[in-house]
Amino acid sequence: MTSLLDPVADGAGPVRLAAESVSLAYDDRVVVRDLDLQLTEGSLTVIVGPNGCGKSTLLRALGRLLRPARGQVTLDGRAIQQTPTREVAKVLGLLPQAPVAPEGLTVADLVARGRHPHQTWLRQWSRSDESAVAEALAWTDLTELADRPVDELSGGQRQRAWISMALAQGTDLLLLDEPTTYLDLSHQIDVLDLVERLHTERGRTVVVVLHDLNLAARYAQRLVAMKDGVLVASGTPAEVLTEDLLAEVFELEARVVPDPVAGTPMVVPVRRLR
Amino acid sequence: MSTTAPERPGTRGRAVVRLGPASGRLRWRQVLVPATVAVAVVLLGAVGLGRGDFPIGVGDVLRTLVGLGEDRQRFIVLELRAPRIVVGALVGLALGLAGALFQTFARNPLASPDVLGITQGASVGAVAAIVLGGTSGVGGLLGGLGVPLAALAGALATGLLLFVLAWRAGIDGYRLVLVGIALWAVASALTDWLLTRAEVFDATAAYVWITGSLNARTWDQAVPLAASLAVLVPAALATSRSLGVLQFGDDTARGLGVRLVRAQTGVVLIAVGLTAAAVAAAGPIAFVALIVPQIAVRLTGGSRPPLLTSGLLGAALVIGADLLTRTVLPTALPVGILTAAVGAPYLLWLLVRGRRSTS
Repeated sequence: MTSLLDPVADGAGPVRLAAESVSLAYDDRVVVRDLDLQLTEGSLTVIVGPNGCGKSTLLRALGRLLRPARGQVTLDGRAIQQTPTREVAKVLGLLPQAPVAPEGLTVADLVARGRHPHQTWLRQWSRSDESAVAEALAWTDLTELADRPVDELSGGQRQRAWISMALAQGTDLLLLDEPTTYLDLSHQIDVLDLVERLHTERGRTVVVVLHDLNLAARYAQRLVAMKDGVLVASGTPAEVLTEDLLAEVFELEARVVPDPVAGTPMVVPVRRLR
Repeated sequence: MSTTAPERPGTRGRAVVRLGPASGRLRWRQVLVPATVAVAVVLLGAVGLGRGDFPIGVGDVLRTLVGLGEDRQRFIVLELRAPRIVVGALVGLALGLAGALFQTFARNPLASPDVLGITQGASVGAVAAIVLGGTSGVGGLLGGLGVPLAALAGALATGLLLFVLAWRAGIDGYRLVLVGIALWAVASALTDWLLTRAEVFDATAAYVWITGSLNARTWDQAVPLAASLAVLVPAALATSRSLGVLQFGDDTARGLGVRLVRAQTGVVLIAVGLTAAAVAAAGPIAFVALIVPQIAVRLTGGSRPPLLTSGLLGAALVIGADLLTRTVLPTALPVGILTAAVGAPYLLWLLVRGRRSTS
């Protein structure tokens, strides 16, 4: 596996966001150890790994929500923890796992909150705010639902609304923590198609934490596998998702066959290894 | 200045206002409801000046206000009723605002200074001053402060304790409510203990204070209260923008560029300050801070208690309830009993219905 550990995976474009020898801990419990990861302009990276491997923790650190115990995260070469949080919020947007909207909040209001880093006490609704929100709503196909309360939407629509908020924020980078949680398969596809379009049509640099390996393989430009807080493999889905890696990282005996639709690797589980 | 309501998504029932570099969105209900409530406050206050044990006609009240009334009317209107109404309105304003701040911040309609133990803490201070006044030690010290300052000290001390105990790299709303309920229990036990030690006369005085009353309020209470609200109310209104994002939870709020610790500290300290100022002036008038924000949000619509409307509605409730106790009810009850009689069933209804989640 070591040949796949090169942190500068796809190599194209400048590095926007990087973890440099990052160790992450909650209190004394170390979750991620000495991890290096570089995310280049315009890439779509999917992070996978078993439960508790530290993938969500890593994403929180990349989004400056968690201060590394050691090492640092840099955004465009600057230490992210030393950059004013509002400046970061204009460049980097993030969506936590299963976010909850306050009851009664309309879709349009939710999306409008994405403009918060661009607003001041005096300038709370500029023309650019207005057009960004209208565009984000239209782009996520929510214009018709703009005046509906978020809590009345279906799970898939709700997740689209949150993505729309992140889009209205107008950031180059977007970090998504398991955006498909609690969704049925067709809505998972719906959300991931939207994320892919953000990447291809809007040129966003996207990092997604995902559970489902087959969906990860289908959508990822670059796949990163983690286990026990360590980065185990990084590369194209075909390079990373091998039978050996599945055994090592997921303790799973599995066959890897080409996805009949996309041609990406598809995991067919056989049995759990002990 | 341009006021437009274009056919844009999400602008239904709203006006967009742009004036030079300033811009904002207003929902009509967020303008009309507080305007209506403000008119109600003025009307209730005006009625309150004339009504009471010695009814004074509208003409005489107006003459008195412009300095032409008889001495007796002047005394009743300007020295007895006016300060009482002003204190009542300001106390209601402060409590309504404090409740709206706590409830939005904690994402929990139960989070109000009543439930979080802050008003109970004020009671401990006040009752200690009444009961232990003249004795030595801490009690004597509190007695020397006088009841309002002792109440202020009790409320601020409890508020700070709440803040420190609920703090864990930021403040979680759920934790805030749990810690607050524990503090409430400790403070009410302390109050009861003090009352069991009290002389009968002191105990009666303490009981009246605990229920919250506007009886015998003078300009001595109104002026310091007005001065502290002159600072705290603008500060509270200024938190509105970050509160709208804090509502989403810590991670999302930080993702949107909110300086979480600073914003949370500001909101909690302003809310504690408002509560302490109100309680020091009139005692813990029960349930105003709990119910008013929830009524306000149902009147204006939207996803959180509106700050200004909550404050104005608090003012209307307190002076309205005081007017009722002074005129309609056979005996002049302390206003806190009436607000509790309205508030407690409302709390039950809120709990039974359980519509708003704590998450």
